[in-house]
Amino acid sequence: MEHKYGYWLPPNISAHGAGIDQLITFLHYFMAVLFIGWGIYLVYCLIAFRERPGHSADITPKHFGVPKFLEIGIVLIEVCLLVFFSYPIWAKVKTEFPNEKDAIRIDVTAEQFAWNIHYPGKDGVFGKTSIEKIDGTNPIGIDRESAEGKDDLLVLNEMKIPVNKPVIVTLRSKDVIHSFAIPVMRVKQDAIPGMDIPIWFEAKETGQYEIGCAQLCGIGHYRMKANFTVLSQEDYDKWLDEEHKALGLEAAPTAASTETK
Amino acid sequence: MSGHGTGAGHAHEGHHELPFWRKYIFSTDHKVIGLQYGITATFFLLFGFGLMLLMRWQLAFPGQAIPVIGKMISDDGVLTPELYNQFGAMHGTIMIFLGVVPMAVGAFANYLVPLQVGAQDMAFPKLNSASYWVYFCGGVVMLASFFFEGGAAASGWTSYPPLSDIANNAQSVWLVGMVFLITSSLLGGVNTIVTAIQLRAKGLGFMNWPVHVWAQVITAFLLLLAFPPLEAAGVLQLMDRLAGTSFFLPSGLVVSGEPLKVSGGGNPLLWQHLFWFLAHPEVYVLILPAVGIIGEIYVTNTRKPLYGYKTLVYSLIFLGFMSFIVWAHHMFMTGMGVTLSNFFQTTTMIISIPSVIILTTYLLTLWGGSIRYNTAMLFALAFLPMFAIGGLTGLPLGLTASDIHLHDTYYVIGHFHYVVAPGTLFALMGGVYFWYPKITGRFMSETWGKIHFWGSIIAINGIFMPMLFMGMAGVSRRLYDQTVYMHGAATQNLNVLMSVSAWILAVMQIPFVINMFVSWKTGKKCESNNPWDATTLEWAATCPPPHENFTTPVEVYRDPYQFNTANQAIPQFKA
Repeated sequence: MEHKYGYWLPPNISAHGAGIDQLITFLHYFMAVLFIGWGIYLVYCLIAFRERPGHSADITPKHFGVPKFLEIGIVLIEVCLLVFFSYPIWAKVKTEFPNEKDAIRIDVTAEQFAWNIHYPGKDGVFGKTSIEKIDGTNPIGIDRESAEGKDDLLVLNEMKIPVNKPVIVTLRSKDVIHSFAIPVMRVKQDAIPGMDIPIWFEAKETGQYEIGCAQLCGIGHYRMKANFTVLSQEDYDKWLDEEHKALGLEAAPTAASTETK
Repeated sequence: MSGHGTGAGHAHEGHHELPFWRKYIFSTDHKVIGLQYGITATFFLLFGFGLMLLMRWQLAFPGQAIPVIGKMISDDGVLTPELYNQFGAMHGTIMIFLGVVPMAVGAFANYLVPLQVGAQDMAFPKLNSASYWVYFCGGVVMLASFFFEGGAAASGWTSYPPLSDIANNAQSVWLVGMVFLITSSLLGGVNTIVTAIQLRAKGLGFMNWPVHVWAQVITAFLLLLAFPPLEAAGVLQLMDRLAGTSFFLPSGLVVSGEPLKVSGGGNPLLWQHLFWFLAHPEVYVLILPAVGIIGEIYVTNTRKPLYGYKTLVYSLIFLGFMSFIVWAHHMFMTGMGVTLSNFFQTTTMIISIPSVIILTTYLLTLWGGSIRYNTAMLFALAFLPMFAIGGLTGLPLGLTASDIHLHDTYYVIGHFHYVVAPGTLFALMGGVYFWYPKITGRFMSETWGKIHFWGSIIAINGIFMPMLFMGMAGVSRRLYDQTVYMHGAATQNLNVLMSVSAWILAVMQIPFVINMFVSWKTGKKCESNNPWDATTLEWAATCPPPHENFTTPVEVYRDPYQFNTANQAIPQFKA
């Protein structure tokens, strides 16, 4: 499906994004009302109280009641935004993970300047990784000798997921801080070296999208991009089968780290 | 309206004649030091802006050679990604630490606070001089870093490790420069606080302080309390880079396929906490002096007292206090849990309350006034809607849920530039037009001032308004070439608009800079001590004030802002 990108929010294809979009849209109406209100008042003052012959400033002390109500109104709206929008949406996105049995699990390891997408393979178990095993053909150091690691898939800069199925991604980084951002999925999470950070999302539409890096990570930051493809369940299964066939049992993954220096 | 001496123009008559280098270079007179700060900061503001003008060519026309001056910066005239990152990091560093803070705090607090409290000088004149020269050294170190092998620091003004820990040598130079700049701010902060509190003229109670003095004192407290953690963090990062420690480096890093040989066990998030513990209050360091400056300009040019002076003062104090407990809203995307993020988004919403009160008191000050439209007032008036946009766009960034989409996008850049550029910088420019006759004894040209104002306000909105839309579309900040992405390519034409606006804005600053220097000698002469008919103490001194400021001791008789029914000021110093 072809999506149009424009000057406002990009299309949202995620299950959780509607709430975020609602909040952003509401906030901008709220901001517009305040700004236009203040603006009309300001322009009125600038014209009505301009210095001119016959006009003098009114210096008697005054107390206006309206601003107090305005201020209380703004506070109440902010409280509502926090309690009814921001707290629950954040809690849902960050803590209410789907059951692992119902979800696809993917590990993502960021490095300067690429995304290593690691699938657990047929057995559903990730092979152990260690930095001793890292070399040109094994960028995240999967233990290919072990039963768990033998069937793992490692794809460079290419994430494919099935539609309508929750995905749990564990984010890691090999070197510096990166940020895993998929604008159409309303997903953004820093990948911080030394930490394993889990996130989850669910796509509601198939299509071809992009993953970008949102945190300055060096000279190649701007082109640290991966394709993000949402497939139908059949297409996804077919792709997974092909990848496994191509992998064989002894073959190493084809992906190689992009060396930049 | 002032009754005091009218001997303008003999500023240099001290008790005894000092040699040139003592009077103008290593001076201990707060006015000379204020001007030194102002001129140095103006240079750095223009330099930092210049870096951005070059970056904006690459952003508007990716991969094309920069015309005319391109050959000076690279072989084929194209701005490389290396240079782009260096310029980006140095633009932020220079504008904040070498431009706006020295201008707002160094120049304005130094020049005006002693005058506004009726003091002869700062409390510690030698410390004051030291603070300028330490700042100057910091500036030289920062400039020198451009000439290191591999260029200047390129890890952003935030310098997040591990990227900054593994960066080239210039990062160490950057850290040394920062230590200088922080030290300078600490010395200046102590001085402002002691001067404002201890050297008050007879009769000047705290609640008789002009708003500008309040703003500068609160700012000084923020500098004093927030900067030491960053100084410590800077030294820790220097240790990581030079002494092989691992404060910010976790174990098991693999850089370019090779394991990094460090002891490990550190945490990169520690730096972010230490950095933002400074850098959030720093935002208020940038904005509070501006709030004080426009307060003075409003009162004088509306010919009526400030509405809600006490409310405003308490709001400023509350704002200063709150600014210390919102820092982690810069870190929502680092994997923060629910409890912590809810705490910080709540404090962030709370800090919007005093901000709205400040805006409201100023808006209500205009009601019933008799508004004079001079250049200073135009800049001060523009501050309100611009700061409003900057403040309002903080809401979607301060709420965690909406921040998920907007974090680290151009929306953030648009947001804080609205606060600092057409907000703070406009207020500072207004301040320059306003106090220029006090400083030099002459006025700046109003005609050129108005050309400067209208050109600037239109051009600056052409830069920052499109950024909000671009950020909405999801375009990340700090991208060398955003057309790599589909949503980036779709909004690329906004970049052309922004770049052209930036270049126009640069052209519009030429009349300002020329006006500032030419008027010194040829501007319209200021015939009285109090040309704007203002109310505060600095207008009791001659234009320009002599060494030690006041020819006769000043005494304070009333609130800072009083007028009679004929729209005439009743100055604080008038019995």
